[in-house]
Amino acid sequence: MAIDSTILEDVPQDVAPALAAAAPGKRKLLFLRNAKALTGLGIMAFFGVIAIIGPWIAPYDPNAISADLLQPPSWSHWMGTTHTGQDIFSQILVGTRGVLVVGLTAGIIATVIGMIVGVTAGFVGGAGDETLSALSNIFLVIPQLPLIIIIAGQLPSAGGITVAVIIAITGWAWGARVLRAQTLSLRKRDFVEAARANGERSWRIIGAEIMPNLTAIIAAGFVGTVTFAVLSQITLAFLGVTSVSDWNWGTILFWAQNNLALQRGAWWWFVPAGLCIALLGMALTLINFGIDEFVNPRLRSTGLRARDLRRRGIRPRIGFTPVVRETSPRAAQEDQA
Amino acid sequence: MRFLLRRTIFYALTAWAAVTINFIIPRLMPGDPVKAIMAKYQGRLDSSAEQAIRTLLGLQEDKSIWQQYVEYWSLLLHGNLGVSFQFFPTPVADIIRQALPWTVGLVGLATIVSFTIGTLVGTGIGWRRGTWADQLLPLSTFFSAVPYFWLGLICIAVFSVGLGWFPTNGSYDRSLIPSLNAEFIGSVLYYGILPAVTIVVSSIAGWILGMRNMMVTVSSEDYVTVAQAKGLSERRVLFGYAARNAILPQVSSFALSLGFIVGGTLVMEMVFSYQGIGYVLYQAVTTHDYPLMQGCFLVITLSVLAANILADFVYAGLDPRTRQEG
Repeated sequence: MAIDSTILEDVPQDVAPALAAAAPGKRKLLFLRNAKALTGLGIMAFFGVIAIIGPWIAPYDPNAISADLLQPPSWSHWMGTTHTGQDIFSQILVGTRGVLVVGLTAGIIATVIGMIVGVTAGFVGGAGDETLSALSNIFLVIPQLPLIIIIAGQLPSAGGITVAVIIAITGWAWGARVLRAQTLSLRKRDFVEAARANGERSWRIIGAEIMPNLTAIIAAGFVGTVTFAVLSQITLAFLGVTSVSDWNWGTILFWAQNNLALQRGAWWWFVPAGLCIALLGMALTLINFGIDEFVNPRLRSTGLRARDLRRRGIRPRIGFTPVVRETSPRAAQEDQA
Repeated sequence: MRFLLRRTIFYALTAWAAVTINFIIPRLMPGDPVKAIMAKYQGRLDSSAEQAIRTLLGLQEDKSIWQQYVEYWSLLLHGNLGVSFQFFPTPVADIIRQALPWTVGLVGLATIVSFTIGTLVGTGIGWRRGTWADQLLPLSTFFSAVPYFWLGLICIAVFSVGLGWFPTNGSYDRSLIPSLNAEFIGSVLYYGILPAVTIVVSSIAGWILGMRNMMVTVSSEDYVTVAQAKGLSERRVLFGYAARNAILPQVSSFALSLGFIVGGTLVMEMVFSYQGIGYVLYQAVTTHDYPLMQGCFLVITLSVLAANILADFVYAGLDPRTRQEG
């Protein structure tokens, strides 16, 4: 890792000005400088706005039946209509809120459970650790989707928040596992030992010494759980396990599937909802990439340097490290030309 | 051996937990829907079948919870999963026994293919980081972000409805009688292509990405540099030194993500109406067939556990450190 950081500092200032300086404020900005993370956050913000104002800007009532049956996209219906003349664009706008609310709620609950279990297991060690990590491993191995399906299937009516809670209860284990591993390695570090030697209480050590060093992992776990929650919720809605009268993107697909949209060639019925899911999922994955590269310097340096290296005609290969003698960026460009 | 012993204990514990979850869930749920269905079948069930279903679904108000638990286990150990409501009076165990081979064949094969190709591609991309190969990453991100079932829908729309190359649903030509002749096997393969390809396409991204990241990490290790400095051929360094070590986390994450993959592929069966266990589960959910639902969950979980044990044995074979320990 030491090698990587020296190389990074050798990179001309126009590529990574924020990297050389290690001031904490700039390190935070580094995350935002990452193009992948920024794109992801941008898309998320877009969906966030729609989730809030969606029901107001929707041109039609998503349940309203009209005379335009199964129309392809047109000016009056941007994404076409269903077999009963409902406007699909409005359904998507209204459904966004349900998707995001369930995704975020499940993400928050699962992250909190994962944090409590993971950090406790890593911090206390011994028998407590064995028990808690066995518990999270059990939850990891049991297939979640069938579990969610049989729980939701036995509830008389599973609405949004119920679904979020079920998803959270079944989906916290991955975060707990990662957090436990990281806490274990932090526990033996000098600064934690020093805090302990100073007579700090366990709560303070966890809160002030360990937690701040887990922020990135917690964030990554949260984003991962939200992705999982969104996909599970949409799958459940698509299967008709949860309430089919609450609009979300999965419900649209449920009605499309049940009314033979595929066989009738009504592509506009299931393509927009799927693309929205893909876009949202991609945004979350991109944010996670950003966090990953922020945490793992090896991934980061490849990402940032790749284009620069190519510009200088260096083909990055494994086994040797391209070291460029300190030159001005202009000289480097002239070299290549 | 200590590693395998520890894992065996863990899996025994997990199997117990799965059975217990299956026991608890119906008892936590408001029982009204179950009771309503039971009332519908009241006269048609014989008394032993009714008793079994009551035990499975937690409708024995007169017994202590411990007594119910013991009875539940004794039913399971006799392979009695109750009687299906929907396919009355077929026992749940029979329905699952018919569906399971289809799922194991389709999902198992597709997952292995996806893992192998994904790991190989990931090795290549990780080795040539910073070149054109990195451009493949965003594409794989897209496929990992799409829900499995939606990709299935699109595939059906394009290849079955649009182009008419493949059948839209089912697992073999209904006009054939299932037997071991070339025609029937050909039909099974033909019907399996589209679901299998869809599963591979949608799950491969994760393997590519995981392997790529491990390759990037491993290939900065000293032993790789040394191997390169010794003048070994690139091939040798790539497969003998870098990939060989990078694949270990890949195998262990294979075991852990199996549950997730199986969940996704079960949905695929529902989309394709492929007569595996996922489709049975789907039918059970839509018709409120509670005994069948419970049975499916149990069998799916136990199958995933079995696959996990297999992955662990492979891991123990690949990584000498696990064998040395203790």
